[in-house]
Amino acid sequence: MGGWAIAVHGGAGVDPNLPQERQDQAKQLLTRCLNLGISALRSSLPAVDVVELVVRELETDPFFNSGRGSALTEKGTVEMEASIMDGWGRRCGAVSGITTVKNPVSLARLVMDKSPHSYLAFSGAQEFAKQQGVEMVDNEYFITEDNKGMLMLAKEANTIMFDYRIPAVGLETCSLALESPLQMNGLPIGVYAPETVGCVVVDSQGRCAAATSTGGLMNKMTGRIGDSPLIGAGTYACNLCGISCTGEGEAIIRGTLARDVAAVMEYKGLGLQEAADFVIKERLDEGKAGLIAVSNNGEVAYGFNCVGMFRGCATEDGFMEVGIWE
Amino acid sequence: MVRTPARCHMAFHMVPSLTLYRPKTGQTGRTFMAPRFQPLRGSLPLLPVNAQIERESAREVRELENNPNFNAGRGSVLTSNGTVEMEACIMDGNTKKCGAVSGVTTVVNAISLARLVMEKTPHIYLGFDGAEAFAREQGVETIETSHFITPENVDRLKQAKEANRVQIDYTPPFQKEVKEETDIPGGDSQIGTVGCVAVDCHGNLATATSTGGLVNKMVGRIGDTPIIGAGTYANSFCAVSATGKGESIIRATVTRDVAALMEYKGLSLKDAAAYTIEECTPRGTAGLIAVSATGEVTMPFNTTGMFRACATEDGHTEVAIWPYA
Repeated sequence: MGGWAIAVHGGAGVDPNLPQERQDQAKQLLTRCLNLGISALRSSLPAVDVVELVVRELETDPFFNSGRGSALTEKGTVEMEASIMDGWGRRCGAVSGITTVKNPVSLARLVMDKSPHSYLAFSGAQEFAKQQGVEMVDNEYFITEDNKGMLMLAKEANTIMFDYRIPAVGLETCSLALESPLQMNGLPIGVYAPETVGCVVVDSQGRCAAATSTGGLMNKMTGRIGDSPLIGAGTYACNLCGISCTGEGEAIIRGTLARDVAAVMEYKGLGLQEAADFVIKERLDEGKAGLIAVSNNGEVAYGFNCVGMFRGCATEDGFMEVGIWE
Repeated sequence: MVRTPARCHMAFHMVPSLTLYRPKTGQTGRTFMAPRFQPLRGSLPLLPVNAQIERESAREVRELENNPNFNAGRGSVLTSNGTVEMEACIMDGNTKKCGAVSGVTTVVNAISLARLVMEKTPHIYLGFDGAEAFAREQGVETIETSHFITPENVDRLKQAKEANRVQIDYTPPFQKEVKEETDIPGGDSQIGTVGCVAVDCHGNLATATSTGGLVNKMVGRIGDTPIIGAGTYANSFCAVSATGKGESIIRATVTRDVAALMEYKGLSLKDAAAYTIEECTPRGTAGLIAVSATGEVTMPFNTTGMFRACATEDGHTEVAIWPYA
C-alpha cells in the first residue's frame, strides 16, 4: 500500500496561445482544489467523499466547464451532467440534463446512495433533486458572459464547439484556435473555451473513487449526452484504480476509455501509467482526449494526446505537480 | 473466409434473450433468417432481411419492438407516473460507430432513432426532449404515447405500486411467487429488453438493444441498454447485447468486458462471456448474447431463464428459455 494519492483535471485540449494570466488562474484553481482534497485525505475522509468535495469546488468556480461556467446549448441554456463511482463495491451514480442543481456531482452521489437506480436524467433527475432537498439555483446562475459570447460565435460559425475548440469542418485538430479566425475581444476564441472537470482519489486504505462533471459542448443540441455521466466512458473506479476522462466525448464513449484503463490492468497486467499510455494511444481512434488515474497502491498517472491538459496531482509522500503542457 | 452466424437475442422477465441467425451467405435476397420468438408458442417464422448487418440488427430489434409481448416499443413497461420512456442503442463493430437514445416517448421504433443519431448527428447519445425533437426533425414515425401502453403493463404498474417497489423483472402478472425474487435491494433490472447481435459472412459485427426499462421506475431513469459498454457493445472481435438488472450491468461494464477479455486476455468468446456472467455480475442479475467475428455464438445467463434464440450459417438453430439441462 502506497498511501493516498489524488489527481484533478480541468479538461484536455488547451489553446497553445492561452494567455499567461489565464494559465495562472487555472493553476491557482487546480492547486486550491488539490489542497482541499489533500487536507480531506489527511483527515481520513473516504475516497468517494473526497472526489465529490473536490468536484463540487470545481463546479462552483466558474473557470472550467462544469456547474457555474458550463458551456451553453444551442438554446442558450445550461444542461449539465456528472457521475461518480466508488471503486469500493463499484457503486455508481450519474445524472444528465441538469438545469438548476447547483452541484450536479452531489446529485449523482445521491442517485448512487438514495435511489434504486444508477442514472437519472432531465425532468426526472430534477424532480429527484427537489425531493432530496439539494441546493437549487436559477439556470441563469450557471451562465457566464464569456460563454454567451462563445455561443454567439459558435452559432455564427454554425458549429458545435467541442469544449475548447472549433471544429469548423473536421474534428481532427486539438487546438483549432490557431487556424481559427474567430476572435472575441481581440483574442482567439479558444482562450475562452471551457473544460470538463474531474477528480480521482485513492485514500490511505487503498479505496479508489472517481468523479467527472461537465456542461458538455458549446452549442450542443439539447438532449445531447456525452461521456462524462457514462460509467466506463468518462468515469470508472474499481478496486484497482479510479479514472476520469476529458475531451471529445464521442471518441471517449466509443473507446470505453475509463473502463479500458482498468481492463488492461486487470486483464493484461499493465501498470497504471502503462495502462494510461496504452489507452490514450490505442483506444482513441482519431479522437482527442486526456485522462487522470490513480491506483490502489497510491500511484498517480495522466495521459493526453492533444496540446495540453489542465491537471494537478499529489501523493502522500509529498509529490505535488500542477501543469498544463506536456 | 469464415462463415458466420448472426443472431438476435431478446430479453424478457427472468432475463430473456433471443438469438438469431444467418443461414445463407450472399449479398442479396433471402440471405438472413431470423427465428422469431413467439412467447409460449415457440413457432419460428423466418424472415428475409437485407445483407447489411447493421440493418439486420436494427430490423430485428424493430420487429421485436413492435411485438407487445416484449418490453420495448409497444409493450414497454411503465414509469411510476404511468408513462413510457424507452431507450435503445446500436453499434457497428468495425467502425465502432454507435448511436443511442433515452427518454423516448412517442417514437414507434426507438432503435431506428438511435441509428439516426449515429448517422445524422455529430453526437452519439440524445435523451428526452432533445431526442424527441430530433425524431420530429428527422421525420421518423411517431405515435401517441398511449399506443405503447398495454393493459397488461397498467396492471403490472398497479401491482408494483401496491408492493411499493421498482419491479425488477418482466414478471408475468399474477404470478405470485416471483415477488420475493424481485425484491432485490437497489435492484433495477430490465425485463422485456430485446436485443440482437449479428455477424455477417465477412465478419462484420453489429449489436442493437432496446427496452422500456423497469416497471415503476422513476421518471428519467436510464438503464444499461443505451450505455455503450454496459448493455450494448461491438468491436472487431465480437458483438454483445446484455439484459438483466441495469445497475449490475452498468457497474460491471458487461458487454465491454466480454470484448476486453477477448482482446486483452485472449479468451474465446464463450470463455469471455461465461467469465463475465459468472464472475463479474451477481447471481440472478444478468444475461447476454454474443457473436464473434469467427462465427461463435454464446448466450450465458445467471438468472432463472432467458428468452433467447440463435442461428448460424451452418444450419444450427436454437430457441430456448430455461438453462440447458
